Amino acid sequence: MSLLEVQDLKVHFETDDGVVRAVDGASFSVDRGQTLGIVGESGCGKSVANMTILGLTRSPITSISGRILLDGRDVLEASPDEIQAIRGQEIAMIFQDPLTSLHPFYKVGKQLVEAIQVHKDVSKQAARDRSIELLGLVGIPDPERRMNAYPHEFSGGMRQRVMIAMALVNDPKILIADEPTTALDVTIQAQILRLIQRLQEQLGMAVILITHDLGVVADVADYINVMYAGRIVEAGTLDEIFYDPQHPYTWGLLGSLARPDRPRTLRLSQIQGQPPSLLAPPQGCHFRPRCPYEFDKCPQTPGLEPRSGTPGHLDRCWLPPDKKRSLRVVEGEQIGLEVPAA
Amino acid sequence: MLRYIVRRVLWGIALLVLASAVIFVIFYVFPSADPAKLRAGRQANPAVIASIREQLGLSDPLWEQFLRYLTQVFTPFDLFGAAEHGGTGPFNFGRSFGSNAPVKDIILDRLPATALLVAGAVFFWLLMGLPTGIISAIKRRSLLDRATMVTSLALISAPVFWLGLVALYLFASDVGKIHIFPGIGSYLEADTFWARCWSLFLPWLVLAAATAAIYARYLRSSMIDVMSEDYIRTARAKGVGEGSVIMRHGIRSAITPIVTLLGLDVGLLLAGNAILTESVFNIPGIGHEIVVAINRSNLPVIQGIVLFGAFFIVTFNLIVDIAYAYLDPRVRYR
Repeated sequence: MSLLEVQDLKVHFETDDGVVRAVDGASFSVDRGQTLGIVGESGCGKSVANMTILGLTRSPITSISGRILLDGRDVLEASPDEIQAIRGQEIAMIFQDPLTSLHPFYKVGKQLVEAIQVHKDVSKQAARDRSIELLGLVGIPDPERRMNAYPHEFSGGMRQRVMIAMALVNDPKILIADEPTTALDVTIQAQILRLIQRLQEQLGMAVILITHDLGVVADVADYINVMYAGRIVEAGTLDEIFYDPQHPYTWGLLGSLARPDRPRTLRLSQIQGQPPSLLAPPQGCHFRPRCPYEFDKCPQTPGLEPRSGTPGHLDRCWLPPDKKRSLRVVEGEQIGLEVPAA
Repeated sequence: MLRYIVRRVLWGIALLVLASAVIFVIFYVFPSADPAKLRAGRQANPAVIASIREQLGLSDPLWEQFLRYLTQVFTPFDLFGAAEHGGTGPFNFGRSFGSNAPVKDIILDRLPATALLVAGAVFFWLLMGLPTGIISAIKRRSLLDRATMVTSLALISAPVFWLGLVALYLFASDVGKIHIFPGIGSYLEADTFWARCWSLFLPWLVLAAATAAIYARYLRSSMIDVMSEDYIRTARAKGVGEGSVIMRHGIRSAITPIVTLLGLDVGLLLAGNAILTESVFNIPGIGHEIVVAINRSNLPVIQGIVLFGAFFIVTFNLIVDIAYAYLDPRVRYR
């Protein structure tokens, strides 16, 4: 039993236009000390799936099914009070834009202290001391003085450090980082990723790293799940995904990745078309309309199964593994969906 | 912070001087009729008019008149012939053409009624508007939300004079269907503070109704915006309870723009914008006075009230600016 197991999670929103199948049967798990990368383009359901873990998508128009087991307890069954106790204490989350994610009117110290005091009955002084300790841990210089600063007085990278400190004040078992580096400069991105990695090693927590950029997870993730249109289309270890990708969508993502370690002979390839509307996704494989290798089996939904010959490496593509390996474009070891125009 | 306040105060004073200059141009450079003739009244003969013109200093060069006027309004000094032509200041706006009383005394005499009317109305519109707006935002699309929003639209659309008359027709103790509240002119008869408050009860509600409705709608939309902000999601993700999320994180942000509205509204009402309510209920306030003054072309009174109104608006703007800097830390360093 893993620390967190998400089983066949479905999150549907009943809107005026119809049912939006934001997450349509996602299963993944993560354990202590592991980093799981969830990769996919905007609107594929990766954020919704993870916000559902914290109960943040609960609303009258949401219908949720499946199971989310945290240490064996089903989080979906948790009462509002129970889920509130889980939030920030057992599972913490950080978000994309650290400027808008911090309350502009309160000093960061106050926001950190609040995060502690909602869960623990400790004195304000103890909460302050703990907050200062965490600000120091995430690498904010002169943390005691910075406690009295407002979010707008920090730079983008420092703000994200504050967010991370705030997420970690209660020693959560799991940290969900939803696009934590997307709003930051490239150099700062690397710093923040290294910080998350260092903290994980120090504190031994599980990390779920959500991103649209395979490059971000390449350094830090142990396992990668590739998500497309509400479903996980491929799951495996870092090496399996990068060196033996099975799903054409993964090929596309890899092909669109800028790789400084490869010769710069080719243009970056792109995946043609748009992701499908989640109101009426295509029948069968959701990637079908954009896939150049579609054949007569594709209108049936492929299950997430081990198909490549490696037991833990799962994917949702009907193509036989040998055909996949010959189809995916390998040119100077570059994997892509199609031969990019020169 | 201190620098910011000093800057805003200086800017406020500059605005007031500018407003006085505009008022001077209207009343001295382009008066609607010859002030000396107006002052002289019906039994005017050329000799009387000439002596009044001399007394008011109307034949002096315009720049001298302007400097004298500024001296009389803003300073206690006897410069530019202030003592000779109308007396020294400060706050000397001249004498009423009608009663010959100093305009300053007239304004100070009318101000308490307006101030009490406005203070009570502010209390009621905040009491009605703010909770309604917040609850509507949280219980969005509920029956309660729809009902309050329709009601507020009706109240915004209802003109104050009509609402006032309807209120009197229904609730006034003399002409009303149900005899509850004191009716027209009761303020004039009230001799204690509490009696005045009681006589103003109906005017308070009438004056507060439309503004309460505006505030409710404004706060509702502001609250809805705020509750979808990322930092609200962060607060929830930290494990903060929903009540606390709304009170400490949501309302704190949503209420800030309301402060701006409140400052401007109070300034405008004190400046005479309660004119309709005061007229309907016959309350001897600033707005009531300016109507009388306009009807009689009583230039000094009109001019005094306009300048006084400018003073209130500038002052409350200043208060808003300072309050805003206190409420929103991002403003302080600009």
